[in-house]
Amino acid sequence: MSPLAFDIAHLLAGGMLVLSFLLLYQDRITAVLNVFALQAIALSLSVAWQAVVQDAPHLIVTALIALVVKGLIIPGALHRIVRRLEIHREVEQVIGGGPTMLTGLGLVALSILLVQPVKQDVGILTREDLAFALAVILLGLLMMITRRNAVTQIVGFMSLENGLVLAATGARGMPLVVEFSVAFSILVAFIVFGVFLFRIRERFDSVDVGALDRFRGERRDQR
Amino acid sequence: MAMMLEIALQGVQMFLVVLVAPLMFGVTRKVKARLLRRIGPPLIQPYRDLWKLMHKEAVLAHNASWVYRVAPYAAFAAIWVAAALVPTFATDLLFSWSADLIALVALLGCARFILALAGMDVGTAFGGIGASREMMIASLAEPAMLLVAFAVALVAGTTQLSTIAAIFVNVPVGLRVSLGLALFAFVFVAIAENARVPIDNPATHLELTMVHEAMVLEYSGRHLAMIEAAAAVKLVLYFSLVACLFFPFGMATTEKSALAIALGLATYLAKILVMAVLLPIGETSVAKMRVFRYPVFLGGAFAAGALAVFLLFVSKGF
Repeated sequence: MSPLAFDIAHLLAGGMLVLSFLLLYQDRITAVLNVFALQAIALSLSVAWQAVVQDAPHLIVTALIALVVKGLIIPGALHRIVRRLEIHREVEQVIGGGPTMLTGLGLVALSILLVQPVKQDVGILTREDLAFALAVILLGLLMMITRRNAVTQIVGFMSLENGLVLAATGARGMPLVVEFSVAFSILVAFIVFGVFLFRIRERFDSVDVGALDRFRGERRDQR
Repeated sequence: MAMMLEIALQGVQMFLVVLVAPLMFGVTRKVKARLLRRIGPPLIQPYRDLWKLMHKEAVLAHNASWVYRVAPYAAFAAIWVAAALVPTFATDLLFSWSADLIALVALLGCARFILALAGMDVGTAFGGIGASREMMIASLAEPAMLLVAFAVALVAGTTQLSTIAAIFVNVPVGLRVSLGLALFAFVFVAIAENARVPIDNPATHLELTMVHEAMVLEYSGRHLAMIEAAAAVKLVLYFSLVACLFFPFGMATTEKSALAIALGLATYLAKILVMAVLLPIGETSVAKMRVFRYPVFLGGAFAAGALAVFLLFVSKGF
């Protein structure tokens, strides 16, 4: 592979990781949604570049799905939900911004260390994509557990899925059937999340999932 | 003869940064004023200010010790040495072997330490609050700065500025996310270190928001002139660092013909002029931050620097 092709792939995958950090860094819901849309666009560019490099035209379809579904439809719908719920103000975090960023850096280091033993057999690009993808997945998980607001948790879940797609395309592409089913299950999950959000809101007058704690099995407070 | 030329070139480098520094300060002020639809002072106003301050009486507090009197000169000297070491128009000058990125960070740290000491020397409330805030900013900015240094050093294989610049000019390093991230982190650090807008406002004298100005509030006359000159040289130092590390094109590297040096000088002046115009544009488009937001701002720089280092570890192969 030519150095330029490698550099562009590196740039796009690294850009996704940086956008994952930006997701953690933002403290307004609308900004979070915009960064999420940007990440999906970076993902589709990255997948499209892989299609060119690996000479695998079906990856173009994957890129288009990522662009349309996750770059346009889901952020647009989330923007509507946020406007209807009137929660475009600050993001509530379980732990503060600084510790979250430090944990995120630790997770990136961890994923690099994990991919490190994968030595021969695969090209450097695959290995690198794997490291980036693992880091994006872990950061998505981190975002899900450090946010109290259900909307930002959904964004964390979706960005985790971005990482999965990145990993799959790096490893010699994935079958189109799998890609379609993943895309549709994401849409279905999104619809379920949407309904779920409005139900929480109806029941508790807020989308702070802390309100759900009272109904957990162990009955933490007996008020 | 060759030795004379070497010394002359190093001398040009040393005096260039000092002579051009107030002009760059003037440019940033002028652009900022124009953006706010004011006319602004003429470009040579900083030179006139320095001249005026040099001839005014220096007022000292009764309980000021020798630290207070020595500090402006010591700080200016440390910053001048640092600025004279950064390659501007040519690499491989006479003293380039000593221009190490980490030594540079240490020199700037020295200057800051001396000024903070002087701020606390007289024992007024403002000096103390300014010194403590400056130290807080420094403790947040320095790790980010060192990570930037490591990222650049991992790409180039050395921390010596002159060699780094020569490598970046002559060897294509490709599209590097890490260098982009390092540039981003470095700009954040430079804004914080130079007391520019989101962190501090160089033009304000409002009690609650001052950082750097509070620390040097007691100074007057020739001492104040030294401090203002040091601030201007520091700004040019950061401009030249950005130019040297991230945009080193046009530098005279191997051959030192008159043409190459003239080209190097012209591109250097053009580069720092562009940065002096971009800085106030950035400054007017953001609002000043609360003190408690500084860790978030500089934490972003730290995260970007750390990411740059990590990404290099991935792409360098294991």
